Amino acid sequence: MNGALGGFFDIPSDLQHSYPGLIGLHLREALLPVLAGLLLALPLAQLCVRLRRLYPPVLAVTTVLYAIPSLAFFVVLIDYTGQTELRVMIPLAVYSLVVLVPAIVDGVRSVPEETLAAATAMGFGPVRRYLQVQLPIAVPAIVAGLRVATVSSISLVSVGALIGNQGALGNLLAAAQKYDRPVLAVNSVLTTAVLAILCDALLVLARVLLTPWMPAAGRRRPRQAAGPEPARPREATR
Amino acid sequence: MIRIEEVTKRYPDGTVAVDRLCLEIPDRAITVLVGPSGCGKTTTLRMINRMVEPSEGAIYLDGADIRRRPVTALRRSMGYVIQNAGLFQHRTILDNIATVPRMLGWGKRRARERAAELMERVGLDASLAGRYPYQLSGGQQQRVGVARALAADPPVLLMDEPFSAVDPVVRKGLQDELLRIQDELGKTIVFVTHDIDEAIKLGTRVAVLRTGGRLAQFAPPAELLSDPADSFVEDFLGADRGIRRLSFFPSDGLELTTDPVVRAGATAERTGGFGAPYLLVTDAQGRPLGWSRPQDLAAGGADPGRLLPYGRPFVPGTDSLRAALDCAVLSPTGWAVAVDSGGRVTGVVSQQTIGEAIRGAHAGERAAGEVAR
Ligand SMILES: Nc1ncnc2c1ncn2[C@@H]1O[C@H](COP(=O)(O)OP(=O)(O)OP(=O)(O)O)[C@@H](O)[C@H]1O
Ligand SMILES: [Mg+2]
Repeated sequence: MNGALGGFFDIPSDLQHSYPGLIGLHLREALLPVLAGLLLALPLAQLCVRLRRLYPPVLAVTTVLYAIPSLAFFVVLIDYTGQTELRVMIPLAVYSLVVLVPAIVDGVRSVPEETLAAATAMGFGPVRRYLQVQLPIAVPAIVAGLRVATVSSISLVSVGALIGNQGALGNLLAAAQKYDRPVLAVNSVLTTAVLAILCDALLVLARVLLTPWMPAAGRRRPRQAAGPEPARPREATR
Repeated sequence: MIRIEEVTKRYPDGTVAVDRLCLEIPDRAITVLVGPSGCGKTTTLRMINRMVEPSEGAIYLDGADIRRRPVTALRRSMGYVIQNAGLFQHRTILDNIATVPRMLGWGKRRARERAAELMERVGLDASLAGRYPYQLSGGQQQRVGVARALAADPPVLLMDEPFSAVDPVVRKGLQDELLRIQDELGKTIVFVTHDIDEAIKLGTRVAVLRTGGRLAQFAPPAELLSDPADSFVEDFLGADRGIRRLSFFPSDGLELTTDPVVRAGATAERTGGFGAPYLLVTDAQGRPLGWSRPQDLAAGGADPGRLLPYGRPFVPGTDSLRAALDCAVLSPTGWAVAVDSGGRVTGVVSQQTIGEAIRGAHAGERAAGEVAR
């Protein structure tokens, strides 16, 4: 273990976590807020879809929230949350919410008018229509939003290091300075990046599994296109 | 029967989409609503399944006000087909068709069996069952739309320009298919279109609406063509309504002659002496090959390369006078060729004879009209 990577996994004991422990902590601090953001964004987005006039102000408020630097956010919250994980997670949840609300609204709105009319005409009530038609069709847009929220959340957790060791893997940056071990900084950056890439890949995989009905990218056919009939059997493009 | 009584629809912005409309839509027939864009066809159709509520007036289904039934139950008893089909892009073809049966609480298996049966009925190959809508052509999607509307066997079918987004060839196929399905199932169909030819082809009765949502005329298509109520209807029907009207006269009364019909390889004396300027040459089975002058035939025999084309033959009894006239007009000799269902020549008929038949048919209809009055 003494090569260029000597001490790479050798985490200083004052961080109170092993390397896997830090990863677990980092994921929890990054992903729980995304989940919370999603759970809040779904009803909020539905409200924005139903009450069209609500959407512009909601969008304005969320944009302003997004513009607040995360560090300032962390500092302000200290009065309310004290030195806890929540202090990191609340701003991250807000950022996720901000990304997810427009993503879901746009996704739900992208459902073609005819599809909605057909659903209504078949006797779908509003709730059933939302759950069985609008939401499934919005899945690609929702996952796209989740990818942005997840990756930025994973990188932003590290900022928590600046406000009293709430940065999980980010704390390694401070430790690198304190103990003069640059390798810890490399570890922090690499591990965070790998986590972000893995989570992103998992989301893409989930999207592919959830939407077998999507034309493969680049070969999207306009839905109203009318081919001569009988059409040649079209091979699945996946 | 669906009865629309003094119905007016005023949208919140003040637009009057439908103005005091009264219509009696007969059971087990196709009633077509036709008219220019914005004349309130979609609005009328959507008031029948309560996607739009009338501002005034009422709609009755079998004598009962449609507002007395729960709206979802009402809608599930009415199939609905729209332009571009409006399929659920996230569900397979089979699941799309099974939607309403599933909502009505049918078991998964039964609903899917029913869906498979309907795919066959609307002419979709069973191999398409597991595909998603984006993998189908526009015409196939439209068939799925029809199958989905029929899935729970609703007595009423509402169709809003279902075939207007497909090309003319596919559209004709879909129209023929709809007529065939209607022959088998006998639904009460309300069909919206802005294409007057489609209206005339499909409608048992046609309601012509004018801009502002007022009814201009409600009549069977033949009556529309013979007696347009006013100049609006007349303009809407287009220039050649006289010709189109011939579609409603049968061609079986035409007097055919077989005198100028000869088999290829007939002897010289068989080919002369009729005084006809042209002879129709057939093959040994009696199928038409083409027209020839008697002297050419006598000189060179029936060389198929030198025969004049005979256009498109018509089938007396099946085709209308319009088809017969079309054959005669298209034929370079001015004679139409009549064939039986097997394509064998049963005789030929001249433009003059067809013209007399048309005059006879008009006179007959006028007489029938007098009697009826
Ligand atoms: N939701 C609405 N709010 C206000 N006006 C409407 C609404 N829907 C339709 N209209 C208006 O009502 C009139 C009739 O519309 P409708 O959709 O019934 O026409 P249409 O005959 O189906 O036309 P098209 O052939 O173009 O489909 C039009 O002037 C239209 O602009
Ligand atoms: Mg319309």
